[in-house]
Amino acid sequence: MSRVTLLALQILVAIVCLVLWQLLSTVPVFGKILLPPFFFSNPVDVFAQIVKWFASGVIWKHLGITLTESILAFVIGSAGGVLIGFWFARQPLVAAVFDPYVKMVNALPRVVLAPIFALWLGLGIWSKVALGVTLVFFIVFFNVYQGVKEVSRTVLDNGRMLGMSERQLMQHVYWPSALSWMFSSLHTSVGFAVVGAVVGEYLGSAAGLGYLIQQAEGIFDVAGVFAGMFVLSAFVILIDYGVTLVERRLLVWRPTVDGRG
Amino acid sequence: MTTPTAVALEDAKVAFRLGDGRVYTAVENAHLTAAQGEFVAIVGPTGCGKSTLLNVAAGLLKPAAGSVKIFNQPLAGLNRDAGYLFQADALFPWKTALDNVAIGLEVGGTPRSEALPRAQKWLTSVGLGAFAGRYPHMLSGGQRKRVALAQVLIRDPKILLMDEPFGPLDAQTRQVMGNLLLDLWNADRKAVLFVTHDLEEAIALADRVVIMSAGPSSRIIGDWRVSLPRPRDIFEVRLDKEFHALHREIWSVLKDEVMKGYAQSTQAAEAV
Repeated sequence: MSRVTLLALQILVAIVCLVLWQLLSTVPVFGKILLPPFFFSNPVDVFAQIVKWFASGVIWKHLGITLTESILAFVIGSAGGVLIGFWFARQPLVAAVFDPYVKMVNALPRVVLAPIFALWLGLGIWSKVALGVTLVFFIVFFNVYQGVKEVSRTVLDNGRMLGMSERQLMQHVYWPSALSWMFSSLHTSVGFAVVGAVVGEYLGSAAGLGYLIQQAEGIFDVAGVFAGMFVLSAFVILIDYGVTLVERRLLVWRPTVDGRG
Repeated sequence: MTTPTAVALEDAKVAFRLGDGRVYTAVENAHLTAAQGEFVAIVGPTGCGKSTLLNVAAGLLKPAAGSVKIFNQPLAGLNRDAGYLFQADALFPWKTALDNVAIGLEVGGTPRSEALPRAQKWLTSVGLGAFAGRYPHMLSGGQRKRVALAQVLIRDPKILLMDEPFGPLDAQTRQVMGNLLLDLWNADRKAVLFVTHDLEEAIALADRVVIMSAGPSSRIIGDWRVSLPRPRDIFEVRLDKEFHALHREIWSVLKDEVMKGYAQSTQAAEAV
């Protein structure tokens, strides 16, 4: 299938859904409106709300805050994950000692941490960053840990036979291997950074997309809730696209699944 | 005047501890030498510990008993005089062909600006001059072996250890690679230990062919000198009368071991 056809079909799906939504929420079927406006709003109102946000410029501030929080969460979480992942993989004793605690913390639903972070770090951006960090950290940590542990035995032996010192093995073998594993989880970890930020905002803040949605919900403004959700979705798709571009540049050496690079 | 001995395994024994606590003896009483400039092929049935012996010579494995001497010095740690060509893919997948070859020099402290042109020269001499920018996954199996060969040879090791390096390749590519190897080796005649299960390949390449018995506790059971004239061409040498005579002679010994090894591996499979 050509790219144009694919795109056309993708757009078609969106149009069908929106038209159905619009019709069912405005035109009565057998004397009854199937999607009552109070609960479901309608696409035209939602779209009007989005236009209003962008026209008045109020949305930019919220987007900016959410983006900042996501980036900070991603950077801090990744850095921590890489460092600790490396450390644990190279020191099996440390890994063994901390193993139950890592599992314990990872099993915790992060939402329950949000109130604590709000208490410790206030209602500003840092409590949301902290929440995002707890999500991103574990994804990156497990991937880097795995990446360092699963370096091919032969490649390692080859490095040794070529005369590499421990430090050179680190630089030329362990590090690239760990990074490739980290990048393979890039989509997931970036996604979780956004989730952390938005959930944090939703639970208590004065700005951001999560705050916007929570505010609309508070006054039963369903159009506002849907508008917030759409802006958030578009935001995530854009970020994901950016990640794909970065990935393509950094992982050129990796074979693609569907054939040769 | 005698040529110095490059590699000497004396009475080497290699044993592994298995998961269930038993000890598996892979190789026993192994005497193996390679003189400087000598091409020695080690042939044996599958699972007889050929690669084990090579790893001992490389210093990747420590023998349980016996000694390893490299140029008459006991080997401690890794064998710094040796270059090792692995059976499996051992290139760094995140480096281009050129960087893969250059790294052999860079780890030794050669500046990158100097290593790169030399790596390019080596890539050209293994016939891959135009593929410098490719990553390993973009190369065919045979091309990857060529890069690996360049990666090892650029360091100019005194000893070459090769573990079924052409094993995964198809028959035609193997012959081409064999000729390439002989050409490169002819230039400065390093000591070579070449492990293979292919007797024809062994005779065509080597000065001496060493036969190992089926494992476990395999030992060296035969040592033939190949006096076919050099330089050789692998395609041609196989038509030689002397080649056939030698092949028949060695095969009569090797055949029994291959059958034994086969019987053992099927028994082991049934036991599992």
